[in-house]
Amino acid sequence: MISLGQLVFQVEYAMKAVENSSTAIGIRCKDGVVFGVEKLILSKLYEQGSNKRIFNVDRHVGMAVAGLLADARSLSEVAREEASNFRSNYGHNIPLKYLSERVAMYVHAYTLYSAVRPFGCSFILGSYDQDDGPQLYMVDPSGISFGYWGCAIGKAKQAAKTEIEKLQMKDMTCRELVKEVAKIIYIVHDEVKDKAFELELSWVGEVTNGKHELVPKDIRVEAEKYAKVCTTTTSLLHGISVTWVQNNSTFKVFFPHFMVTN
Amino acid sequence: MAAATAMRFGQLSSGSDMAPDWTTKEVSTGTTIMAVEYDGGVVIGADSRTTTGAYIANRVTDKLTPIHDRIFCCRSGSAADTQAIADVVTYQLGFHSIELDEAPLVQTAANLFKASCYRYREELMAGIIVAGWDKRRGGQVYTVPVGGMLVRQPVSVGGSGSTYIYGYMDSNYKPNMTKDQCLRLVSGALSLAMERDGSSGGVVRLAAISETGVDRQVILGNQLPKWSTTGYIPYCLSKGLEIYPTV
Repeated sequence: MISLGQLVFQVEYAMKAVENSSTAIGIRCKDGVVFGVEKLILSKLYEQGSNKRIFNVDRHVGMAVAGLLADARSLSEVAREEASNFRSNYGHNIPLKYLSERVAMYVHAYTLYSAVRPFGCSFILGSYDQDDGPQLYMVDPSGISFGYWGCAIGKAKQAAKTEIEKLQMKDMTCRELVKEVAKIIYIVHDEVKDKAFELELSWVGEVTNGKHELVPKDIRVEAEKYAKVCTTTTSLLHGISVTWVQNNSTFKVFFPHFMVTN
Repeated sequence: MAAATAMRFGQLSSGSDMAPDWTTKEVSTGTTIMAVEYDGGVVIGADSRTTTGAYIANRVTDKLTPIHDRIFCCRSGSAADTQAIADVVTYQLGFHSIELDEAPLVQTAANLFKASCYRYREELMAGIIVAGWDKRRGGQVYTVPVGGMLVRQPVSVGGSGSTYIYGYMDSNYKPNMTKDQCLRLVSGALSLAMERDGSSGGVVRLAAISETGVDRQVILGNQLPKWSTTGYIPYCLSKGLEIYPTV
């Protein structure tokens, strides 16, 4: 019989599992929600687009996950059933606040008994409908859910949060936000520790008529181009200033002639 | 239904000739019910007669039943069936509203009625009109007739007396009426139906539901709108005409 103290530790270990996973972010803007996931490619043999980390829960609801993918897939089924039962019983789209509380309650139940282990994944739910507009909620392994304008989960969540805080998302549209989300993923991706990654982007909002779907290929390619330009410019500039100071014996301070604003 | 089986065996009245028919007939809200949407809410109305066969069991019935703060239902058909369904839906909607932590949608209430009426359609005899106000979509009227279909309509009539007022409703309803025009339309239609349908009568009960609340009224028999072809004796008296003996 595990003592109560040990049970609580299990929840913290579960959260550690999430922190070892690659980053996922979700941002809510004035007319929709955009998800971005840094999907690390562990093998060259992987088929492109496999091992999706973004799921469809209902027509108007999407879910981006970080942590143990198997646990996340099981929870996406739970979320799908909740949304479907709600529609069958009450005749309209499930409000996201209610869905996230129901799934969070389910996740929390698994933290109460020693016979089971907590779910090792966090996930971000996003939706858009006529009644409530865009909504964004995050659920973690302890079974708590909060509403957000922007949130990040996974190994680079602190760095991602800092970047997200710089955005004025309440005034942006989905089209503008897609590029920013791609940029943030590229910024927080660690080129040294992790090698190749695939960017998974999805959105739901006015632009998709309330349907959650993966961002179309041409828009994703454009967003990635923008992201690559921004990240290489900053890293280039950073590199130049460092080498100049190192190579000069005199104490001259290097002021860049142009500032890259992000 | 009892009458039909009796007739097959050559009898003209149901049950024994010694007992009055109200000992064997089910209690029915014979009824005329009506609901109209206007910009900012709905107006609902019903007569007040409950019958067991030819006996009027209750002449002052309230067929406008609250389901939630701003959602009502108008009941027609079997009194027991409609009361039981309304109680179930009131419970389900109250629970749902607490879980959501906001006022429920009229559409949700209508779907709950439909779920019960359709699932138990073989056992039930219930024709219900669900009407109310919610902050997402304003005033709405949904009708759930016998069988369990659900459809939203700007104006809806139901019950045995409704057949007599389809023409009146079709010719006098216009979109975008004011609340007072709706009240006049409903009270006029109900009084016409109550005049012609034996299972409808008594008083007219009205309710206007909007964001600010529910405003209920009763129109008593002597205050009902008067029509020129109905009420032969009062008409003669009012015009000073001779009252001819009728067969």
